[in-house]
Amino acid sequence: MIEEEFDAIVIGAGMSGNAAAYTMASQGLKVLQLERGEYPGSKNVQGAIMYANMLEKIIPDFRDDAPLERHLVEQRLWVMDDTSHTGIHHRSDHFNEAKPNRYTIIRAQFDKWFSRKVREAGATVLCETTVTELVRDGRDRVIGVRTDRTGGIIGADVVVLAEGVCGLLGTRAGLRSMPKPETVALAVKEMHFLPEEVIEQRFGLNGDEGCVIEAVGTISRGMAGLGFLYTNKESISLGVGCLVSDFAAAMESPYALLDAFKNHPSIRPLIAGSEVKEYAAHLIPEGGYKAIPQLFGDGWVLVGDAAQLNNAVHREGSNLAMTSGRIAAEAIVQLKRRSHPMTKRNLSLYKIMLDNSFVVKDLRKYKDMPALLHTNSCNFFTTYPQLLSKAAQNFLRVDGTPKIDKEKATTAAFVKARSRWGLVSDAVRLACAWR
Amino acid sequence: MTMAVTKLRVEDKLYHNRYLVDPGRPHIKVRPHEKPSPNLLALTRVCPAKCYELNDAGQVEITPDGCMECGTCRILCEASGEIEWNYPRGGFGVLFKFG
Repeated sequence: MIEEEFDAIVIGAGMSGNAAAYTMASQGLKVLQLERGEYPGSKNVQGAIMYANMLEKIIPDFRDDAPLERHLVEQRLWVMDDTSHTGIHHRSDHFNEAKPNRYTIIRAQFDKWFSRKVREAGATVLCETTVTELVRDGRDRVIGVRTDRTGGIIGADVVVLAEGVCGLLGTRAGLRSMPKPETVALAVKEMHFLPEEVIEQRFGLNGDEGCVIEAVGTISRGMAGLGFLYTNKESISLGVGCLVSDFAAAMESPYALLDAFKNHPSIRPLIAGSEVKEYAAHLIPEGGYKAIPQLFGDGWVLVGDAAQLNNAVHREGSNLAMTSGRIAAEAIVQLKRRSHPMTKRNLSLYKIMLDNSFVVKDLRKYKDMPALLHTNSCNFFTTYPQLLSKAAQNFLRVDGTPKIDKEKATTAAFVKARSRWGLVSDAVRLACAWR
Repeated sequence: MTMAVTKLRVEDKLYHNRYLVDPGRPHIKVRPHEKPSPNLLALTRVCPAKCYELNDAGQVEITPDGCMECGTCRILCEASGEIEWNYPRGGFGVLFKFG
């Protein structure tokens, strides 16, 4: 029997779930949000960079009280071999604006704040509650959920599945298939605490300015992967992530990669003397456009990481999550206003709206990128970084060798490693995947 | 020797974390097996909390107390039925302070 009936039930209190619950509740819908953690954020892990524009569309004045760490003024992209990094850096005073564009955040704190907003908007938020089953009627329509809290059914016109990258419910109910090992990355990270002024000195920051480093190269040991270092107010988030399929094939240990990254001569001085206060692990959707599953059905919609909405090239995830949660909620609110039932056909409105947003447009742009980077990954993640490092060394080291000979040596090294055909083909494939 | 050192290092890392363990209710179980598949064997290296270990008989065992609920093992071994993976009961499991 149905114990209580809601307009919508949101499963999960991460970025997409909070965005959906907030949007629906503030439009007057009767919303129940269920979260299995002790508090919102207790199961959530992110780097984390938060993009202001997407949150402004949900909570325009979020800067008044959201727990933000630093606004980013500098981005460093490093290509590393075992002893060096070669980088492209961009730092601009334009990022010091009245309403900065990107912030570092600490998810457990941010999610608690976001959840408070959800409750203030009128939603009922129940933590420490694991949803055990999606309940369907005789015609396969989702009509509610069961939890480990009570035996009864909690009913709803629509269930928003914001259950994260490893969500059990949708996969068990057959609404989507389980992510494949080559479409998810495993990332591990540590929180390194340092005094505020030490961080500011080491990265040349004033006040709340922040800097992020993202690195590819031999740190991933030939696997498709990335290392990152984000400055928070008085801590540094530092981690590495690689595809699960690569980890399994190479039998590599993520903590060994993390420790090697921390001990890299370019990273070690940046975190020297820090106190580690947490070690976290999480999966990241990496399959891109082609891995997006069915997003809606009779009585349900799918949002955020559970829907594989992550832009691996730009490393944007939480903004896609927030936006998909908001758009799904707006579609539901529209249907509700018109007293339209939450059928598969009507809920396709969510997909239409999402397809017209940057979320799907961006993922479609890079639809061939996962296949490119995930096959022969050692060329992009080991061979080229090593070649680049050697080329830079050769260019900079002054040893009496005529420059023309140095250039020839560098060219020869590239040709030897990849062959002329290989170089051209890599360039063409990269250009095609980027378009 | 290397194994022991690695093990120690992971435990040192997990020591910083907060957990609420649900005694007697492991949320992940390994199905009894003669010989582990390559993916199941890989978990002894790939699990970021080093929950999976090889016993003397060459079978993979799990102690999920330090599990961070990332789901890597589920992605690699649930479909084949080698492991059974559930969420911990509400409120239990890892509790990230920072995340």
